[in-house]
Amino acid sequence: MNMMSESAVEKALDQKMSEVSYKMIGKDVSVYYGEKRALFDVNLNVRENTVTALIGPSGCGKSTFLRTLNRMNDTIENCRVTGKITLDTDDIYDKQIDVVELRARVGMVFQKPNPFPKSIYENVSYGPRIHGLAKNKADMDQIVEASLQRAGLWTEVKDRLHEGGTGLSGGQQQRLCIARAVAVSPEVILMDEPCSALDPIATAKVEELIHELRANYTIVIVTHSMQQAARVSQRTAMFHLGNLVEENDTDKMFTNPDDQRTQDYIMGRFG
Amino acid sequence: MSTSLILLIVAIIGIAGYVAGGRHAMALVGGLSSKLHSRPGYYGSFVAVWAVVPAVLILFVWLVASPFYISSSVRSAFPDDVKAQSQAEQGLAYGMISSIARGMNALTNEEIERVGANPVDLRAALGAKGVPLAGDPKPYMVKAAGDLNIMTDISRITMTIVVLVAAVAGGFLAYRQIEPRFRARNRVEKVILVSLVVASSIAILTTVGIVLSMLTEATHFFTHVPAWEFFFGTVWDPRFAAAGSGGSEGQFGLIPLLLGTLYIGFVAMLFAVPIGLFSAIYMAEYASPKVRSIAKPLLEVLAGIPTIVYGFFALTTVGPFLRDLSSQLNGLVTGDYSNFIQAQSVLTAGFVMGIMLIPYVSSLSDDIITAVPRALRDGSLGLGATRSETIKKVVLPAALPGIVGALLMTASRAVGETMIVVLAAGVAARMQLNPFEPMTTVTVKIVNQLTGDLEFTSPQTLVAFALGITLFVITLCLNIYALYIVRKYREQYE
Repeated sequence: MNMMSESAVEKALDQKMSEVSYKMIGKDVSVYYGEKRALFDVNLNVRENTVTALIGPSGCGKSTFLRTLNRMNDTIENCRVTGKITLDTDDIYDKQIDVVELRARVGMVFQKPNPFPKSIYENVSYGPRIHGLAKNKADMDQIVEASLQRAGLWTEVKDRLHEGGTGLSGGQQQRLCIARAVAVSPEVILMDEPCSALDPIATAKVEELIHELRANYTIVIVTHSMQQAARVSQRTAMFHLGNLVEENDTDKMFTNPDDQRTQDYIMGRFG
Repeated sequence: MSTSLILLIVAIIGIAGYVAGGRHAMALVGGLSSKLHSRPGYYGSFVAVWAVVPAVLILFVWLVASPFYISSSVRSAFPDDVKAQSQAEQGLAYGMISSIARGMNALTNEEIERVGANPVDLRAALGAKGVPLAGDPKPYMVKAAGDLNIMTDISRITMTIVVLVAAVAGGFLAYRQIEPRFRARNRVEKVILVSLVVASSIAILTTVGIVLSMLTEATHFFTHVPAWEFFFGTVWDPRFAAAGSGGSEGQFGLIPLLLGTLYIGFVAMLFAVPIGLFSAIYMAEYASPKVRSIAKPLLEVLAGIPTIVYGFFALTTVGPFLRDLSSQLNGLVTGDYSNFIQAQSVLTAGFVMGIMLIPYVSSLSDDIITAVPRALRDGSLGLGATRSETIKKVVLPAALPGIVGALLMTASRAVGETMIVVLAAGVAARMQLNPFEPMTTVTVKIVNQLTGDLEFTSPQTLVAFALGITLFVITLCLNIYALYIVRKYREQYE
C-alpha cells in the first residue's frame, strides 16, 4: 500500500516535472537522531513561489524534514542526515556549501515567536548587518522599513522602532520574526507552526501575510491545523510515522486524496 | 534523672503513642483504612507529636530558666556585707559556691561532716576530688552551697515528674481525640509547617544577632574614636593593644585598608573575569556533553579548595616566583639583579585570589548562559549567523545582566576574602598604586587586631568590629544589588 502510493506520487511528480520549476528537491532524505530513525527516504520537491504545507500527526517527521532544508538539524547533537537535498542546483549537504550562506538563502520562522531582547530596529537589522547587506545607515533604514512593510508590521511599529521587540504582542512578535527573516532577502522561507502560539486574529494576519509573501518567496510551512493548510497552501504533503504519505495539490488533498491515510487524517480519524 | 535519660523516655512514650494511635484509628473503623479521614500513620504521628513536643518544650524552658532562678535565690541569701560588694565580686563568690556545690556532690556524707566546719580542710578535700577552688571558702559559702545542691535536686526531680506527666498526658489527650473523621493529617502538616517556619526564623535571627553584636561593639569603638576619623582617616596606626595600657593614641584611618581591599579585589577580578567568562562560554556553547561532563566538575574542584591552601600556594610558590622573575628581568634589562616585585604584593595576592574566583565566575556565568532560551539561538542561527556571531550578538547581550550580577557576587567574595591576603598581601597599610608593593586589606587588619591576648575595652581591639561592620555593609550592598539585577533578568523570560 505504502510502496504503491509512493510510486504513484513519484509518477505524478515526474509528470509535472516538465511544467513546473522546483526550488528545492529532496531525494531519499533520511534523518537519524542517534540510533532512532526519524525520516524514511523522503522524496519531496518544493515548487518555486508556492506555499507548500507539511501536515501530519505529531511526531510524524514534518518538522524534522523542514529543518533539513536549511540544515538547522546540524545544531542538534548526534543528528545525522542522509540522502540529497538541492537548492536550485546546489547540494546543500555538500562539503563545499557554507551553512551560514545556506541559511541566509533559506530563512526560518519558528513555532514560538523568538525576537531577540533588542529593539525592533535591531531585530530586523540583525541579519542584514551580519551579512553586510547595507552600505550605510540610510540603506539599513530602507531595508528595515521594507521588511517591516512586507511583514505588515510597519504601520503598527514605525513610531517605536527603538523600543524592545519583546514588548510587542504575540502576533506582532511573530510578524517581527517574519520581517527579520525577510530582511536577509532569502529565496525560501521555512515556517515551523508559525501560528500555534497565536490567537485567531493574529493567526489570520499571519496567514494573510503568508499569502502575500508567496509572490516573492518560496514558502514551506509546517502546520497542525488542516484549515490553515487549506487556506494558505497550494501544495500539501502528508507525513506519517516518518514517511511521506502523499504530496498533491492542496485542493485535491482536501477533497479527494489518493491515499486512505490522508483521507483518515483529514477526516479526523487519527492524529 | 539525667536530661538524656528523660529525653529517651519521652521518645519511647512518643513511639508508643505513634503505634497506639495508628492501631486505635484502625480499630475504630474495623480495619478499613479508607473510612478514615487520614492515613493511619497520621493518627499515630498526631499522638506522638502531642506526647513529645510539649514535654520537650517544658524540659527546654526548665533547663534554661531554673539556673537563673536558683542563682538569684542563692544570691539573695548572701550576707549583707557581701551584697554590698560590686557585682563582679558577687559573681566571683557565686562561682566559688557553685564549685563547692559541685565538689560536695562528690564527697561522702561523712567527709562533709568532717570538713564542714573547717573551710581550709574543705578546700584540700575538694582538691583531692579534682575540684580546685580559687580561694579559701568562707563559712556562708558552704551553707549556700548546701542550699544550692538541695534546690538543684528538687528542681531536677520536679522537672522529671512534670515532663514525664506532660508527655503521658499529651499523648493520652491526643489519643482520646482520635475518631474516624478526625483530620489528623491537617494537624500534623500544620506542625510540620510550624517547624519549617521556626527553622528559617532561626537562620534569620542569627544573622540579626550577629549584626547587632557587631553594631554594639562598633558603637563602643566610636565612643573612643570619632566616626569621621575612622571613615575618612588616611593613616592606619593603631599602636599597641597591650592589656591595661589603655592608650587610645593610635590613628584608625579606614581609607588605606579600603583602598588595599578594593585594589587587590580589582586585580583578582582582572584575572578571574576573562578566564572565568571564556571558560563559561566554552562550556556552555562549544563543549560537547562529554567534555563538559568532565571539565565542569574539574573546574569546580577549584572552588572546593580551602582558601588557606591558596594562601600557601601564594606564599611559597607564586610570591617567590614573581620576585625571582622580576629580579631576572631587571637583570636582563639593566644588569642590576634587584627585584622590583615584592614576594608579598598586591599582584601576588590578586593573582592567587583571581585563580580562586575563576570557578565562581565560570560556574555562575555558565548557568546564566545556559538559561538563555534555545529559541533565541535558533532564531539567530536560522538567519545565517555563525555560532560566534550568535554568542556575541544574541546570547551574551541577553545574559549580560545575569553575568553582571554574578560578577558582583564574585566581587563581594573578593572583598571578604581573608586567608589569601593574610598570607600574600602583606600588612603594610599604605596608600599607593604600585601593584608590585605590598598593601593590606580590611580583613587582614581584623585578623591582626584580634590575634593574641585581648581585652575588649580598648579601641585597638574594638576597631575590628567597626572594620567588620563596614565590610559587612559593603558585601551586603554588592549582594543585594547583584540579586536585584539577576532577578530582573529572570523576569525577562518568564
